[in-house]
Order: sequence, then structure tokens, then C-alpha cells
Amino acid sequence: METVKIQDITPNDLPWKLRYDASRCTLCGSCVAACSFRAIEPKIERRRMVFSEGDLPDPRARFSAVPVIQQVNSLKNYCRGCGICEKVCPNDAIAPVRNPDTRHPIVTRCSAGDSIKRGGRKNLTGSTRTLDQIRVGRISQMTDPSLDAQRHTFDMLAPFGRILPADELSMTLDSNGKLISNGQTPPVNWIYPVIIGDMSIGALSWRMWEGVAMAVAYLNEECGLPVRMSSGEGGVPMRLLKSRYLKYLILQIASGHFGWNRIVKAMPDMIEDPAGVLIKIGQGAKPGDGGLLQAQKVAEHIMAIRGVPKADLLSPPNHQGLYSIEESVQKMFLSFNAAFKFRVPVAIKVAASATSVSVFNNLVRDPYNIVGGFFLDGIDGGTAAAHEVSLDHTGHPIVSKLRDCYLAAVTQGRQGQIPLWAGGGLGKTGDLAADAFKMMCLGANGVFTGKLILQMAGCVGNDLGRCNACNTGLCPAGITSQIPALAHRLDPEKVAENIVNYFLAMDQELKKLMAPIGNSSLPIGRSDALVSVDKSVADRLQIQYVC
Amino acid sequence: MCRIGAIKSKNYTHPSKALQLMQSQQKGHDNSGFAMVMQDLGGIFEGYKHLPTLSMACTDEGLNLAENILHEAGFRRVLQWVPDTFPNDDLDINAMPNYVFETFSYPKSYKHATEEEKEELLLDMRLKMRAALEPNEQGFVYSFWPDVVTLKEIGDPRDIGTFFNLWQEDENFTAKVITAQCRQNTNYDIVRYAAHPFFLQGYTGLANGENTFYQKNKEIQSKLHRGYIGFESDSQCFLYTLHYIHRQLKWPLQYFKHVITPLPFDELQSRDDADQLRSIRQSLSHLEINGPNTIIGVLPDNTLFTCCDAKKLRPVVIGRTEDTIAIASEVCGINEILPDRQWSTDIYPNEREIVVINDELEVARWKQ
Repeated sequence: METVKIQDITPNDLPWKLRYDASRCTLCGSCVAACSFRAIEPKIERRRMVFSEGDLPDPRARFSAVPVIQQVNSLKNYCRGCGICEKVCPNDAIAPVRNPDTRHPIVTRCSAGDSIKRGGRKNLTGSTRTLDQIRVGRISQMTDPSLDAQRHTFDMLAPFGRILPADELSMTLDSNGKLISNGQTPPVNWIYPVIIGDMSIGALSWRMWEGVAMAVAYLNEECGLPVRMSSGEGGVPMRLLKSRYLKYLILQIASGHFGWNRIVKAMPDMIEDPAGVLIKIGQGAKPGDGGLLQAQKVAEHIMAIRGVPKADLLSPPNHQGLYSIEESVQKMFLSFNAAFKFRVPVAIKVAASATSVSVFNNLVRDPYNIVGGFFLDGIDGGTAAAHEVSLDHTGHPIVSKLRDCYLAAVTQGRQGQIPLWAGGGLGKTGDLAADAFKMMCLGANGVFTGKLILQMAGCVGNDLGRCNACNTGLCPAGITSQIPALAHRLDPEKVAENIVNYFLAMDQELKKLMAPIGNSSLPIGRSDALVSVDKSVADRLQIQYVC
Repeated sequence: MCRIGAIKSKNYTHPSKALQLMQSQQKGHDNSGFAMVMQDLGGIFEGYKHLPTLSMACTDEGLNLAENILHEAGFRRVLQWVPDTFPNDDLDINAMPNYVFETFSYPKSYKHATEEEKEELLLDMRLKMRAALEPNEQGFVYSFWPDVVTLKEIGDPRDIGTFFNLWQEDENFTAKVITAQCRQNTNYDIVRYAAHPFFLQGYTGLANGENTFYQKNKEIQSKLHRGYIGFESDSQCFLYTLHYIHRQLKWPLQYFKHVITPLPFDELQSRDDADQLRSIRQSLSHLEINGPNTIIGVLPDNTLFTCCDAKKLRPVVIGRTEDTIAIASEVCGINEILPDRQWSTDIYPNEREIVVINDELEVARWKQ
């Protein structure tokens, strides 16, 4: 018999345990082959069977070797609960079961002297989501007839770019009483109010990224929805940079500047301007923490696109050259505006925080008018990789902070000058149209979403700790993996199809919400349309309390 | 639903015509009030066109307060007209003790002032009087402007007419432009300030319908100009936007339509002035008006116009004779006061039109 030491890792210590029924198992091996984490393995068990064959009891024992599937007792290859084994099992013989007695947070830290890292999403859930405590409560009826979502036309576009107040527009009247432009105004692109947000090639498998890009092109060219996607910080394939599809892409730069060497080099060959530039300062899922692409995901094509060796790729938590908001405005924004000759709007993405309003105020008051969007990212967003302590214990919810920023603008009469875009857990319940609509009523010009896009593609993770292994490169769905065998589990065309269908459904649902409040254009700032049954939510957001 | 109406004539017209215009549309409103603004005044005010006339309803104390404010500022009264009233317990009217129409001369220090300086002064004085009279509802200051009088009251329009003897035509109290509305708003409290037409620095606005962007209009407008106050009704937003576009930004009237009902983006793209229209749309998106409505407006030069929401969800019709033009929510109102007109020339504007009537009663129809 093997000796077991008390500190040895056993399934009891791990977050998931296997429910395995040897009597149903046909030993086909599908589960073992499919488990990308190598968290299960075949094993031979010695079994003792007592039997009696005669007329009278004559018990005898027989020993046999039985092949079974067992969980690996390892902190490296532990079960993430992704359920792929269950998915592939023809006989329902195996499934992961959550282990409430897990000692994983302790034993992992004890064993390696290193912080725990994981991907996915925020796992701290509390009370009911704020957005679910809000309803669209102002329904147009007799005095202001509601519109018909099927029959009427709706104008559903949101601005990306700095908007000047009317009295600062460079326009004069000509002799015929027509306004003519006689100066430069900052570029503004009007786009669909839902941006596919910030997932880098590197964080995503190339097939997933391709699927998203295909969906975006299809939505634009076949469906008439001008949806834009943000590249994330990780560069863009050269072929795409030089193609006409670049116009659907918002190029992101963060503190690691990954991929920008190639982007800058491609500029002379670009035949279209990108849709925008997004400077990422912070991320809602892990505020104060930088981007992290672990070496296991830095495959050859990632090394090529980013121009890096195979190593852990860390974006520092702050931009090393910037020491203040003013400086970031002057240096970073000016240089990116100038890079595309002031034709491409430049926006900023920050994590929602107690300080968001100060940052926003600084930017909205900047006299150069060069910040073309304020992307505010809340606590419930996802990430490919981060330190668990950041994921679980830092962050700020998006709803009240977005509202604070909007009301700060209202107080100064500057609403709309820097478009507000909100993200971070929107669409968490699967219903992005409702979340987006409510955020717009609270003051957002549009929303951005990343995590939900992964779920459209087939991500099996959830907010309760299932899977969340995006950092490992072993994504069982092939969404966040650079290993060819895993990435090929994902069909990019099916990814694109799912995303396109979801957007079409969402577009219908947005209209279904706009029609009853009698709006044919987006209800930005229409807080009068919202009600809450929770008094504290109503008071905090300055909307009507109802009961 | 409100009913709104306007009369513009080459001849001075008595308000009884406005009452008739509105009375026949009575089934469409709820008889909860009557309000009108008269511009380009005749009768006793005709000789004082260049001097500001104060229109207010107030208590005795309110009258004192207001007059003291004006006297302190150096205004001197040159004309006072107190309408004869005929109170009767059977009348449905919520009357105030005094209805004041007084014309003042400007302070001496403004002898060489520009028109603009005078206009700012008049607004400041009205706002000051309004603020002073607001506590305890000492009075309601509707307008303080040259060649303009305003009357608003709560009650049945027919009885309000009887109370002020407005059914009886005379030559003392007339104007070439009269705008009127018969209903207190239903969305908010019944207060006199909530009754349109609203007036600000020569601009008059009234609306039939709903402004579902009231909240966002209000939030931005309250920071745009000191005169944009009250917001007792969502219809005030129409006037403030008109004032802002035409007076503050000095843009021609057609841009008002582009601000309140901007063209859809795909229509806008194909236009020669796409750049300008896009700039306007994005810079003034918080002044867009959604919801069903018809607007009637008057500019400082007494130009009268009307336009509708972008989906044409509220009615309006324009009828005309040689010397008079009437705009009303329903054609029955026009039939009442212009029975002999050529009705086939009536205009039913569409959702992208502004119909503009100048002093010669030339009717221009602009497509947005």
C-alpha cells in the first residue's frame, strides 16, 4: 500500500471532484482525450470480489484488475470543472462536482510561494444585480403613443470621438444663410452602440479572433450594423492592417505597447483608417493590475505579431511614461491623434474606481478637445489572466460610477462632449439589450462587451468558478488557447454565425425597448424612463422609486 | 392632448378670434385653461411698440414688489391698462386679484444702449420680478417685452373669455399675431407658468404633444442660458431650443428643425451639407426632441412658423385668406374663423417641413 502523507494533495483539497460511475463507463477514453487540463487519467484498480458457487455458502475471494478513470491529484493539473468530460461521455459516467470543502486557495499558495493566477471573471457575487433591480417604467401610452418596433425606423448609432459644444463649432454663415465649415473639428465616428471589447490576439486563439473579426465584417457589410471591435492590446495581423476591414477595428494600446511596432510599420500601407484608437489605462476585472499573457500562450504567431520572445508578457499596471492625467492628455493623446493626422478619434479606457469622476472631469475640461471617449470598465468584466487576489478583491461596480460621470458632466453642462462607454459584466445574465438600454438611460452613449462574446462562441466558464482557466492556454473550448489541437475544437464560422445572430436578436430587442418609451433615437440620459423597486438604488442613481 | 392655434393677420385682430379658433376644438382639450401671447400690438398699445410692456397676474403685494423692482432699476411707467373683469360665481376660473399690463420707458442710463443690452436688461428684470413674486405665489410674470402682452389663466376657456370680456370684439386690445392654447398640462402640476405659449426675448413657442426627451433637454438647457428656467412643462424645451439656435447661436430658422428632429444618419450622408448637419446633430444631441408633437413658434420679427415631430404623430393645418393666416391643431378651428377661405389651399405639413409665414403673409414651405 502506498504511504499517504497528510500534506499530500488529494481530490478533497481541490475545487472540483469527479463523480465517476465505473459501472456505466465503457472505457472509451473520450473524457481523458478531451480533458485539456490532463486532470483525469486512466488507472488500474485492484478489486476484491467475494463469491460463492455451490449449493451451500462457500465464500471465496477473487482479485481482479479493473481499469477506471481517476482524478489527478495535482495542483498543476487539477480539475477546473469545465465539464468537457461530461459533454463527451456517451454514458453519463463522469462529471465534475463542486467541492465546497476545497483547500485550494491555501494549498496552492503554500506549495509554490507564488500568487494564484487565473482567468475568467469575477467570482464574488453578492445581492441581486443593480441592473436587475431597475425596470423601464415609463411606457408611452395615450398622450405620447409608443412606437412600433417592427414598423417604425430607429436611429441607433453612438458617437466615438470628441464632440464640441455648438458654440465652439467652426462654422459660419455664407451669403445664402447656409452654415459652412471653416475649420477643423475633432473626428467623430457614429457606430453601433455595442462595441466588441478589447480581447487581444494572444489572449484569444487565432481562430476565435478570426471568428469575431468575421462576425464584425458580416454585421457591417451584410446586416447594416456598424459594429466595431477593439483589437485588445496584442497587435493585429499585418494582412488585416493593410486590408479595407481595418475600418471596423479600434486599435488598442496599453502599457505594454504590444504589437504597436508592427502597427506603426504598417501605417504607410494602410488603405483605410482604423475606427479609433483606445488607450487602455485600466481594466475593470483587475484594476491596478496590468495585462498578463503567460508564456504558455505565447505561440509562434503571437511572437510574430507582438514582436516578442516566448516569455511571460506583462503590461505594467501603469503607463511608465505618464505621471499625471494632464501629461497623458498632452503626450499620449496628442501623439496618437497626430499619428493618424487627427482623422481617427482617440479614447481612453479606465477601470471604474472611486476616482473615476476626477479623471473624467480632467479630461472633459481639457482645452485641447482630444479625448474622444471615456470607456469605463466595471468590476464584473472578464480577463484572460490576472492575479486572483486582484480579481476577487479589487474593483468597482459600473452602474453607479457611470451615472456619477454622466451627472458630473450634466452639472457642468458638458454631457455628450466626451462620449461615455460602459462595460464590465453587462449582459451577464445573457440579456445585453436590456443592460445596454438601462445604461444608456443612465447616461452611457454605448456599451462594450467581451466576456459575453466568449459565451456566444461556446465558453463553458461561469461566474461561480467554473473553468476560468483562460490564463493557462488550455481552454477546453479552444477560445483562449494557442495550442492547435485545442484551437481547432472551435469552428470560426460557427463563432461568427453565433455572434451575428446574437447581435441581430439584440438589435430587435433594443428596438423593443425604445418603442414603448416613444424614442426613435437612443435614450441617452433618459433616466426618467427608469424606475427601481429598491429605494437605495433609486436614490443613488437619481431615478424614480416605485413600489 | 393640447390644442394649439395661431393667427397672423395684416390687420389688427381681437383675441375673440383666438377664442373662436380654440373653442371649436374644445372636444380635443379638457377646458382646464386658456393662455395666449399677442405680438405686434394694436389698439391702446400701438403707439408704444418700442417700449416694454409688463404682463402679469398678481396680488396687491405682488404688484408692489414688481413695480418697486422696476422703479429701482429706473423704469418709468408710461401706460397702464387694466382689463375690465366680470367676476361671477358661475364662471369656472381661478382668477388672480390683479391682471397688469403696463408699459414702461427704459432707464435713462440706457438712452444710448444697444438693442442687445436692452434685451438683456429686460430679461434680467423679468427674472428678478419672477423670483421676487414666487414665494407665496404673489404673482406670475409672463412677459416684459416691447409689443407683447401675455394672458394666462386656469379654468374653462369660455368662462375665462367671459371673465375678461374677450368674446366682445373691440379695437383697444388687438394684435397682428396671436398664439393660443387651451389646456393646462397633464404631466405636471397645474400652475400658470406651465401653460404655453411660452415667451422669451421675442420668441414664442407652443406645442401640441409630448417631448419624451424632456429630461435630457432640461438638463442641458438649464446650463445653456440664465433665461432657461422653470421647466414646469416639457413644452418649454421647444422654446428654449428655438431661442438658443436662433438668437444665441444666430443660426437661421431651418437649423432649428435640424436640431430638434435631425435627419437619420443614412439620409444625412447623401446631402451636400452632410458635414455641417452631422456636426449639428452630434453637438446638439441633447436638444433633440422625440415623441409626438406639433410646434408653433413666433420669432422676434413676428415671423410665424410651424413644424412637426419626425414621425408626424400630431396634426396641424394651415388655412389662409388674403389678409389672415390661421394655424390650428384641427381644421374645425380654422373653419370657424376663416369660413370663406379656399380650403383646397390648406396646408397639412409633413414631418420634414417647416412652414414659415412672414409679415406679408407669404407662406414658405421648407423641406428639411
